[in-house]
Amino acid sequence: MTPPAPRRDKGLVRPYVVTDGRAHPTRNTFDLVTLVMAHGDLPIGGLSPEKRALMELCLGGALSVAEIAGHLMLPVSVTKVLLGDLVDSGHLSTRAPIPSAQLPEAQILQEVLDGLRARL
Amino acid sequence: MDSALASDTAHEGAVYLRQSVRTAAKLLVVGHFAVGKTTFVGSLSEIRPLRTEETMTQAGALVDDLAGIRGKTTTTVAMDFGRLTLSDSLVLYLFGAPGQQRFTRLWQDMTRGALGALVLADTRRLEQSFDVMGLLEEHGLPYAVAVNHFDGAPAHPEEEIREALDLLPETPLITCDARDRISSTRALITLVEYLQTRQTRLSSTAQEHV
Repeated sequence: MTPPAPRRDKGLVRPYVVTDGRAHPTRNTFDLVTLVMAHGDLPIGGLSPEKRALMELCLGGALSVAEIAGHLMLPVSVTKVLLGDLVDSGHLSTRAPIPSAQLPEAQILQEVLDGLRARL
Repeated sequence: MDSALASDTAHEGAVYLRQSVRTAAKLLVVGHFAVGKTTFVGSLSEIRPLRTEETMTQAGALVDDLAGIRGKTTTTVAMDFGRLTLSDSLVLYLFGAPGQQRFTRLWQDMTRGALGALVLADTRRLEQSFDVMGLLEEHGLPYAVAVNHFDGAPAHPEEEIREALDLLPETPLITCDARDRISSTRALITLVEYLQTRQTRLSSTAQEHV
């Protein structure tokens, strides 16, 4: 018997059961806006239900870490642990979030401004 | 939906990014409870705004004290966010959250890498904006202030609002209607123009010192 879920608890199990009790991902490279892409060539049958759900979501296309957490209704911290495992196993890869190291902030600001003005 | 962790329907609503997107920029929309953050994000977002929640344990006691909430052993903090694709290669994420989350990992995640913040304020409760403005200053995150228009809220001259909020002369102050897409877009434009001016000034100052 599955006990009734507490009102605010949207998952079937407590979040840290999903991560085998780990609070931190195996790598510290995930920002909320890190873009995540799935590789369709690895089998997902052996993954835990949560990782399989994550893979099924990500196989549709690229999403940010925050969006993945939002769609799966998991805390960001838990999502990062799952993502870290799936990057380690080669199921996923990431595109670094912006970063200032790659693109000068002045250029990003100009592109953001152009994009917003075009929406008026 | 309530038990949808691994459900097949969990990702039906997902709207994916264009293949060509290479850069994700981040702006924050902050302010006190019920100031219109979620409405603002919702007006602008091309996806149904999403929410993520984090349950706090250790830091929770302190935040509970600050928030005057009693009888809770854990605190749930939440942020709402939305997305705007601005070009083939650039996507902008808007994260909305209240300031009481200062001690959480979620707040650290939100501020890291953010270009700046828009502080939403309500003329009926201006003093409630201090907390979040102070927090942004602690994080060194530049911001503009947008007074969200509420029906029946008193209209004050700009100078009075500036004074009440103790704004620096350079900090932009605008009014907006968070329900309106164009008005909300204009508020973001004002913020980004300010960030740009500030950036230009900082980089020219840096060059003078070379």
